[in-house]
Amino acid sequence: MTTKKPKPSPRTPMPEQPAAVRRGNFSEVTLGYDLSMAMTEAARCLQCKKPACVKGCPVEVNIRDFIGFVAKGDVEGAFAAIKATNSLPAVCGRVCPQEIQCEGACILGKKGQPVAIGRLERFVADEFAARSACEQITGQPDCALTRDGITAACIGSGPSSLTVAGYLAARGIKVTVYEALHELGGVLTYGIPEFRLPKAIVAREIAALTDSGVTFVTNWVGGKTFTIPELFDMGHKAVFIGVGAGLPRFLNIPGESLIGVFSANEYLTRVNLGRAYAFPDYDTPIYPGKKVVVLGGGNVAMDAARTALRLGAEEVRLVYRRSKEEMPARAEELHHALEEGVILECLCGPLAFSGDERGFLTGLSVQRMCLGEPDESGRCRPCPIEGDTAHIPCDLAVVAVGTGPNPVLLNATAGLERNRRGYVVVNEETGETSLDNVFAGGDIVTGSATVILAMGAGRRAAKEIANRLLGRD
Amino acid sequence: MPTTILAKRRLIPGKTSELVLDAPHIAAKARPGNFLILRVNDHGERIPLTIADADPEKGTVTIVYLVLGKTTALLETLEAGDAILDVCGPLGAPTHIEKTGTVICVGGGTGIAAMHHIAKGHARAGNHVVAVIGARTRELLLFYDELSAFCHEVLVTTDDGSMGRKGLVTESLRDRLAADPSVAEVVAVGPVPMMRAVAETTRPFGVRTTVSLNSIMVDGIGMCGACRVTVGGQIRFACVDGPEFDGHQVDFGELCARLGAFRDQERVSLEKFHECRCHDHQKA
Repeated sequence: MTTKKPKPSPRTPMPEQPAAVRRGNFSEVTLGYDLSMAMTEAARCLQCKKPACVKGCPVEVNIRDFIGFVAKGDVEGAFAAIKATNSLPAVCGRVCPQEIQCEGACILGKKGQPVAIGRLERFVADEFAARSACEQITGQPDCALTRDGITAACIGSGPSSLTVAGYLAARGIKVTVYEALHELGGVLTYGIPEFRLPKAIVAREIAALTDSGVTFVTNWVGGKTFTIPELFDMGHKAVFIGVGAGLPRFLNIPGESLIGVFSANEYLTRVNLGRAYAFPDYDTPIYPGKKVVVLGGGNVAMDAARTALRLGAEEVRLVYRRSKEEMPARAEELHHALEEGVILECLCGPLAFSGDERGFLTGLSVQRMCLGEPDESGRCRPCPIEGDTAHIPCDLAVVAVGTGPNPVLLNATAGLERNRRGYVVVNEETGETSLDNVFAGGDIVTGSATVILAMGAGRRAAKEIANRLLGRD
Repeated sequence: MPTTILAKRRLIPGKTSELVLDAPHIAAKARPGNFLILRVNDHGERIPLTIADADPEKGTVTIVYLVLGKTTALLETLEAGDAILDVCGPLGAPTHIEKTGTVICVGGGTGIAAMHHIAKGHARAGNHVVAVIGARTRELLLFYDELSAFCHEVLVTTDDGSMGRKGLVTESLRDRLAADPSVAEVVAVGPVPMMRAVAETTRPFGVRTTVSLNSIMVDGIGMCGACRVTVGGQIRFACVDGPEFDGHQVDFGELCARLGAFRDQERVSLEKFHECRCHDHQKA
C-alpha cells in the first residue's frame, strides 16, 4: 500500500478590511486569525527536524515548537515558546519582512506557499494581550525582583531599547529608558502608521515593561538634556544606545525647499506622533495633498503613500528609480498599497521640483530609466534613458529615500568610534562600542534596517550586559 | 512629567507674556541661543520657543511668547501654578561666545526677550554689549529694564517716537556702526523682515552678523527637516545646525515662504479654539 503525498494546501487567508473601505480610515488593515483559522494554518507546518525558519529569524524564535502548540490549540504553550526569545511578538507579527526571513526559509515555500508564520505569531501575541505584564515579558507568572544598585540605562525607546529593557528587567536589573520625544516607542510610534501597527499594541508592550519595573522618562534628549558620562555618574552600570537613524536624507535636487515637499519623517511624524489625521481635534496640522508623489520604494515610502490616500489624496504616485522587483518594501505592504490604488511610476529618477511664485510645489520632473548591470547591492543599476523625461503635476511630495545617523547624541559623546558612514562601531558579538560598558544596536549601528534586526541587536547587547552585571552564566 | 509654571508676567496684556518654568534639568544645561520645545496638553502641537533666561541655581528657565496661533493662545490661558504637559530641552547649538570687543545685539518684538539671553552671555564673557531694541510704541517695548541692568548701552527706537529715537532699529544700528569701526559682531533676533534688514545694513560694513531663525519645527532634534533653511547655498537644519546662522548667507525669502506653509490650517485651529472658548463662556 502506498500513501500518496497530499499536495500542500494554500495558506489560510487573513481577514482584512476591503481596500475601498480602508483607504478612508486609519484603522488596522489586517484583522488577524481566530483560533480555528490559526489551527488550520498551523497544521500546514511539516515540523521539520532541522527547521530552516528558525535560522531565518534574527532573534531565533522557536518557530517550529510554537506552531506545534498552536496546531494543538495550546496557545499558552505557543506563547511561552515565542516569549523565550522575542519580547515584542505582537509588533513583529505585524511588521517583520517574513518573506525574506522565516517564511522565506520555510520548506513549503519551495513548492507552494510557506506557512504564515507572521500571522500565527501575531495571533498568539494578541491572544495574550490581557495577560499579566510579567507573563508578557518573560513567560513567567512572577516578575524577577529588581535588585538594588544594579541599574542600566537605554537611550531611545524604539524596538532595540525595549528589547534590552525587557531582557534585563526579566533578570532583575533596574532599567531606565530615556526618550527624546513626548511619547514612547520610537519608530513604532512616530514612524509606522496606525493602520499597520495600532498604537494600542505598542502601548500594551510598553505597559508590560512598566509593570515589570522599567522606568520610562520622556522629553530627555541624549546629548542635550544629559550626556552618557552623566548616566554613569547617576549610578547606571551600563548604557545602551538605541537612538535609531533619525536624520532624513533629501534628494539634493532643485526645488526641494518648496512648500509641499516633505521628508517622510516629517510627514509621518506629524500624522502618527502628532495625530494630524484628527486635525483640528489635535493641533498638529498636516499638509493636504490632492496629487501626491512619494519618492522611494521601501516600507516608509509605502507608509507615506497609503497615509496620503487616507488623508484624502485623489492620486498617489510612487516614484522609484528601479523596477517593482527591486523595491525593498515588505511584500504585503506593496500588495496592500497597490490594492488601495497607489500608482507605481517605476524606473523614474527625480530631476527637479517646480513651484509657483509663492513657493508652493506644482510638479516634479523625472528622468526615465532602464535597468543596467547589478551594482554593489546586487540590484540592477538604474541608467537614464537619454532625452526621456516627463513632468508629473503634484501639490505634495514626500521624500522617502532613507535616513542617516542622527548626530545629536553622537557628537556630544567623546571617544565614541564611528564608521565612514557615521554609524556607531560595535563589537559584533557583544554590541559594545569603543567606550567601556556603552553598548549600541539597531539602526544607529546598521543604518536603516528592520524592527526585528534592531531587536536582535538589542538582545545580543542585553545578554552581554546581564552577564557583566550579574556574573557570567 | 508635566512642568510647573512658577510665575507669569503679562508684558503686553493679551499679547505677550513671560513664563518662569520649574525645569532644573533644562536650566542646568541651557546656554544662550538654546531653545526648548513644549506641548501644552495631550492634543497639543509641539512648538519651539527660545530660552530667554535660565537660572541653574533656582532650577528655572524663562520663556517669552507672542500670542499668534492656537498653541500660544492656549499658553496664554495658563497661570502660575498650572502645568505644561511636555517641555524638552535645551535644544539647538548654543551661541558662539568669546571675548571679541564690542558686540551689538539687535532685538525686535518678542525677539528682544530671546536676544536678552545672548546679550547676557556676551556681557559675561567681558564684551562691550550694545543693545539696539525697537517697537511700534513705548508700551510694546520689552525687556528695557532687564537689558539696562547689564548692557553697556541700550539704544531704543520706536515707530512713533514715544521712546528713544523715532524710526527703525536698522537706522540706529547703521549710525552706531558708522561711528565705531571696531564692532566685532552684530546679533539680531526678531521677525524675519527685521533680521533680513539688519543683515543688509551690516553687509556694507563687513561685520560678522548672526541671526537666530524661527523656522517651523516638529521634533526639534534633527529628525524631520521641517526647519530646513538654505544658508550659503547649503540646506541646514535650524534645530540642530542652528538656530543661529550667518545672516549674510541666509536665504530669507525662502524662510519667509516656508513659515507660511501651514497658514490655512493655523487659522482653522485658532478659529476653532476661540469658538470652543466662546461656548465654554456661554455655558459658564
